[in-house]
Amino acid sequence: MNILEFTLAVGVVSLLAGFLGALSGLGGGSVLVPVLTLLFGVDLRYAIGASLVSVIATSSGAAAAYVREGYTNIRVGMFLEVATTSGAILGAYLGSKLPTHVIGIIFGIVLLYSAYLSFQPHLDHLEGLGPDPLAVRLRLDGDFPTPEGDQKYHVQHVPEGFGLMLLAGVLSSLLGIGSGAVKVLAMDQMMRLPFKVSTTTSNFMIGVTAAAGAGAYLKEGYIHPGLSMPVMLGVLIGSLLGARVLIHLKVKWLRLVFGLLVGVLAAEMIINSITGRI
Amino acid sequence: MRSPWSEHKTELVVGTLLRWGVIVSGGVVALGGIVYLARYGSLQPDYHIFRGESHHLTTLPGIIHDTLTWHRRGLLQFGLVMLILTPIARVALTAGVFLLQRDRLYIVVTLFVLAILLYSLFSPA
Repeated sequence: MNILEFTLAVGVVSLLAGFLGALSGLGGGSVLVPVLTLLFGVDLRYAIGASLVSVIATSSGAAAAYVREGYTNIRVGMFLEVATTSGAILGAYLGSKLPTHVIGIIFGIVLLYSAYLSFQPHLDHLEGLGPDPLAVRLRLDGDFPTPEGDQKYHVQHVPEGFGLMLLAGVLSSLLGIGSGAVKVLAMDQMMRLPFKVSTTTSNFMIGVTAAAGAGAYLKEGYIHPGLSMPVMLGVLIGSLLGARVLIHLKVKWLRLVFGLLVGVLAAEMIINSITGRI
Repeated sequence: MRSPWSEHKTELVVGTLLRWGVIVSGGVVALGGIVYLARYGSLQPDYHIFRGESHHLTTLPGIIHDTLTWHRRGLLQFGLVMLILTPIARVALTAGVFLLQRDRLYIVVTLFVLAILLYSLFSPA
């Protein structure tokens, strides 16, 4: 396979990953890195660099479609970005120090956990939640449009959410993923934001977090232009298509399909890391 | 007092900025990709061995130099750097919005995030 054929093959796979990533809200990176390393034999560090670049494209490309709906909470996003970008710098540092098979094993575990989360039902528990003093001081509470008019919500557990976001930032640049699963977990489960608000705000943050990691990796030589090009363009086109059909699909079975796929890739990553092939 | 309408309008502006950032950088990457494939397409890929990119492709002055002189893969890498700069521009724009709203707390928060992003991109490796 020469570079031209390789580029085309990677481009097609990236398009699929971007499509699935946008549909599930979990991002294409979690599928891309295993596919690039396991299927195409790309060095894990180049795969992580290319994936991070594509995560920026996915997030930014989908944002225009998301913001129109008015769910994003900019204050929550910006406040938590303090945690995710700091974490991303730490993650890039760890990424340049840890051996690749260790990163591969961490990747597999995080993937498995993402798959597990996608099987969990999500419930909006807005009722009976009073205002949290810290959230009020930080003016994080917001509202979002529903068919019955604007629905107010009160943000809960700010320090815990902030801590989880720090972790999400570390994982994002260490593994080259958007770590949307951890971000949604923090906002959905911990801070009790309505599901639509947490997914769109998560998308808002993913691009900024990935930019912090990608900037650091650019200097480390992880961003291979020849590999990043088809990955970025493929994921971008795929994610734009995904964002278009997102509105017409049910979230539940999507999470199931994506969860299964991610679970299989996770097992492969762990096995290959332990046997020393990554 | 916050006004939800103006915040939503802000988001629309931000969304447009992001979309154009992605379109323009995507276009530059595609163009750089054609140059790259025309020059190296028939060679064998070596992405399975990590060597790290040369400083031409890892520092902004190096990338800009290679872009202007049509050297190596400069244009391609320049497009990728534009993409990395897109969310950074978003944060800078958001800082401007909070400045207009005289929201001191969030001016500080946003400038802090901006400082981290600029540090990651511009600090020496």
